[in-house]
Amino acid sequence: MNQPREQEVPPRLALAHISKSFPGVKANEDISLSVRPGEIHALLGENGAGKSTLVKIIYGVQQADEGTISWNGSPVSILSPKAARKLGIGMVFQHFSLFDAMTVIENIALGLDEAVDREDLKQRVAAILQSYSLPLDPEREVHTLSVGERQRIEIVRCLLQKPKLLIMDEPTSVLTPQEVERLFATLRQIAAEGCSILYISHKLHEIKALCDNATILRGGRVVATCDPKVETTKRMAELMIGAELRKIEHGKAATAGAVRLEVKTLSLPGEPPFGTDLESVSFEARAGEILGIAGVAGNGQAELLTALSGEQFAAGAEAIKLDGKAIGLEGAGARRALGLACVPEERNGHAAVPDFSLAENGVLTARHRLPLAPHGFISRGAVRRFADGVIKLFDVRTTGNAALARSLSGGNLQKFIMGREIGQQPAVLIVSQPTWGVDAGAAAAIRQELVDLAAKGSAVVVISQDLDELLELADRLCVINEGRLSAPRPIASLGIDEIGLMMGGVHGVEAAHA
Amino acid sequence: MLEWRRRREPSTLMLLASPLIAIGLTMLTGMILFTAMGYDGFHAVESIFLTPFLEPQRWGDIGVKGAPLVMIALGLAIGFRANVWNIGAEGQYVMGAIAGTGVALLTYDMTGWWILPAMVLAGILGGMAWAAIPALLRVKLQVSEILTSLMLTYVAVQFLYFLVRGPWKDPGGFNFPQTRMFTSDQTLPTVLEGTLVHLGIPAALVLAVIAWLLMEKTTAGYAIKVVGLAPAAARHGGFSAARTTWATMLISGALAGLAGLFEAAGPFGQLTPQFPVGYGFTAIIVAFLGRLNPLGIVFGGIVLAGTYVGGEIAQSTVRLPQAATGLFQATLLFMLLATDVLVSWRIGWKRRAA
Repeated sequence: MNQPREQEVPPRLALAHISKSFPGVKANEDISLSVRPGEIHALLGENGAGKSTLVKIIYGVQQADEGTISWNGSPVSILSPKAARKLGIGMVFQHFSLFDAMTVIENIALGLDEAVDREDLKQRVAAILQSYSLPLDPEREVHTLSVGERQRIEIVRCLLQKPKLLIMDEPTSVLTPQEVERLFATLRQIAAEGCSILYISHKLHEIKALCDNATILRGGRVVATCDPKVETTKRMAELMIGAELRKIEHGKAATAGAVRLEVKTLSLPGEPPFGTDLESVSFEARAGEILGIAGVAGNGQAELLTALSGEQFAAGAEAIKLDGKAIGLEGAGARRALGLACVPEERNGHAAVPDFSLAENGVLTARHRLPLAPHGFISRGAVRRFADGVIKLFDVRTTGNAALARSLSGGNLQKFIMGREIGQQPAVLIVSQPTWGVDAGAAAAIRQELVDLAAKGSAVVVISQDLDELLELADRLCVINEGRLSAPRPIASLGIDEIGLMMGGVHGVEAAHA
Repeated sequence: MLEWRRRREPSTLMLLASPLIAIGLTMLTGMILFTAMGYDGFHAVESIFLTPFLEPQRWGDIGVKGAPLVMIALGLAIGFRANVWNIGAEGQYVMGAIAGTGVALLTYDMTGWWILPAMVLAGILGGMAWAAIPALLRVKLQVSEILTSLMLTYVAVQFLYFLVRGPWKDPGGFNFPQTRMFTSDQTLPTVLEGTLVHLGIPAALVLAVIAWLLMEKTTAGYAIKVVGLAPAAARHGGFSAARTTWATMLISGALAGLAGLFEAAGPFGQLTPQFPVGYGFTAIIVAFLGRLNPLGIVFGGIVLAGTYVGGEIAQSTVRLPQAATGLFQATLLFMLLATDVLVSWRIGWKRRAA
């Protein structure tokens, strides 16, 4: 290979032993990587693997607790994004910061660190657009542009600074395939001119098509470095998801009972600007089984949960059936009264009211199935007894039922919320990210509760980004991607690589012969 | 160095103490301000904040001024808890009085016990109808009720001016812009012989207890609080934000309309252009001084009624201009909002970074 010559030049960016902790979580642990001039380097990992924290450290948004950053061979400390830009680091974020009512050129001018002459800027922008053959009209107002065109504004903004390193955070998550092709051509040209690119993604085929090197993160650590052009997608998926998977043991051979929840061609437009449209989602959940729904965040999980919980109505009553009864047009309270309980991902502010005590939070969703508020009058005694029961049964560590929800740790609040729903003995429980940000002990307890609930004859649907968790819990698994749900498959028939490919957006074709 | 530190949990002590601190700071500010302007600042503050409460002959007056303030503030506070910002209670108050007066003028030649209840009902409906407009605009078109309710206040006041100068002008009133005086069947009975203390005062106290029961003991009150604190959790719990907006707007409109009717059928006994005195706006301060708690609002209503009575006293004792009352009330609101920070934050010495 032609490596030796390049290694004489110091790397553009070198990270050595970077660690960063947040209360309760080690986001980055002992991460080292280096990017050569002109290299397109992939940072690959699942949600929560620590990619975002790492790039925030590189871009000066956050500071590392330990470790050093070297720039062109000399150590630097990057205290702010402005300092990062001064070094020559540009970043294109996943969500753009643009003013809709202003023109492209006005937005670019606003994003620059120093004031520039407008005419001069116009010429420089025109030159960049031409040399990279980027189709973009500088005089158009932003609200008239497509997402791909908006992204080009951000890229031009960065290129104006003549960057030496460009960070792209999940740049293709909102682009059409054609726009992706166009973006890749631009990025290749930028790299060919000597600018390094740090490309953050979890989409394997993109990384294979674009990147020279890949650093794979899992649980905040580097698990591998590889050449994606040589490495197989299957191997990368395994590395990203983790090879040390727990042995899955499902009690009985899933003798699933009657269908308790039936969802049929459920479609729902997402809320702008970042919502995902649900497109013709269909599945069944049977008594005694746990159905897992895997997928990368932002692919319609939140929309699916609110559609099922009744916070959003379906287009027709028949779209959702609970124990054979059409409930697509029932509200959240009515659905819960019929036995459909839900636990959304966001605990504070969605599943619970942060400024209410635990006792008061019990009333929020348990009042439909339990006599907590007969005739519209809240029964203080019953409410306290219910909360105390949940706290005791689910081992919620708290000062008592009068503690505010906001004062509990994420794991303890989640245990309370799970207890509140399970304590109502629902026919169907739908739970999103049940153990997100929860410590290992509490996570195990919550998973056990889900298994026990299913064993009692309820149907449980678990929406999660944590594949380990789904593989441990679920009897059948499907994947949600861009608002579409794949057909559920028995977990025993699925290989880990296949799931990884499905999550990365590779449907059917490759998965079939993997 | 001093610094703000976030409390782990909101302080119950400060929840109760911060309104009192605000009153203290208002007195201090007023004292400094009016001294600097060349008045006797100390006696000005004494007249406004202490004299009304120390002289028993003023208590009836405080009650008369406090009753509408408490009634309106109760309704506003219920809305505020749900993040429904009805700023136009003054307009609903005027419309309530107009509706009740309409019944009074129609029944001018009649007698009977039913006339006053009919006026009360009309007053409530008048206030509700005026509050229904911002509610409809907010629910259907997402128009801010802050703007619409406030603007409708001016429409209501102009409508009052039109009526008392035009169609409702007292034919025997020497062309003064005012309606006929109400008959005895159309006037609120006094509850204490020889005083101005009318039925509205016990009514306000009973309403405060009912509002407290509603907010603390019922699912409906629970819904209102959840919608205000965490809209997404409210949806999750099956509570409708639209229905809550409607309910709270109509409740606050009804109470403001009732207060307006009581004022028209009580102290005024007719409608005149001087009828709108700003109770609907002052009630906002009352609601916050009472920490949006119905029982706290009774306290807040007494304090603010005291400033009205005290403002009149200060006009004669230290020759303070009438506008001084408004200035004190505004300072109080300012201080209330400022001291609110103490509930969730505390002041501490900044420790040197190691």
